[in-house]
Amino acid sequence: MLTLPKAFLDQVVAHARRDHPDECCGVIAGKDGVATRVFEMSNADRSPTGFTFESTEWLRVYREVDDADEELLAVYHSHTATEAYPSRTDVLWSRHNEFAHWLLVSTRSDEDEVRSFTITDGVVEEEPVSVT
Amino acid sequence: MSIEVRIPTILRTYTGGEKAVEAKGDTLAGLIDDLDSRHAGIKDRLITPEGALHRFVNIYVNDEDVRFLGSLETPLKDGDSVTVLPAVAGG
Repeated sequence: MLTLPKAFLDQVVAHARRDHPDECCGVIAGKDGVATRVFEMSNADRSPTGFTFESTEWLRVYREVDDADEELLAVYHSHTATEAYPSRTDVLWSRHNEFAHWLLVSTRSDEDEVRSFTITDGVVEEEPVSVT
Repeated sequence: MSIEVRIPTILRTYTGGEKAVEAKGDTLAGLIDDLDSRHAGIKDRLITPEGALHRFVNIYVNDEDVRFLGSLETPLKDGDSVTVLPAVAGG
């Protein structure tokens, strides 16, 4: 389960809507599993079908989270024309990084589609998003 | 010569859990070989079989992404700091 304050969830969805038709991306930092803050990242790809964390920005964010003794709770990004479900590309990349949760937003319609997943050894498991 | 190399959590299995290790090299390629001599297997996580920097990692020398410097040929000197991070992408 991914537990998020409503304000964080609203911020993530707003970010996705703002960057549409490009995919948005970002990080949710946490402490002992509790979300602490949202980092809206720049999508270096500026693409409707992919995202890459801009490398210099990522170094800064990684350090900030590490220095605060926080953890990389979730990576979030949007899909602009498909469902809010990890793609094969997402699953591929999940093998190489450290996020506990993958939060997906779809901006394919006016309806808010937000879903959360864990991806372990390439296996995707959906989990509930609990809003506090 | 001594260069501090910061290792991300996902690669600390190679360094016995250490988040920073010392290494030496005149270039990033040389440094990675040196790292691998003491932390066997880490080179394969950083460099492809074809000898290029893996796209799943970012390496920074003094906080600059080496892809903007000389990639694996980036020169290094005593006191430089090297940071390895997992790259993050998806689609």
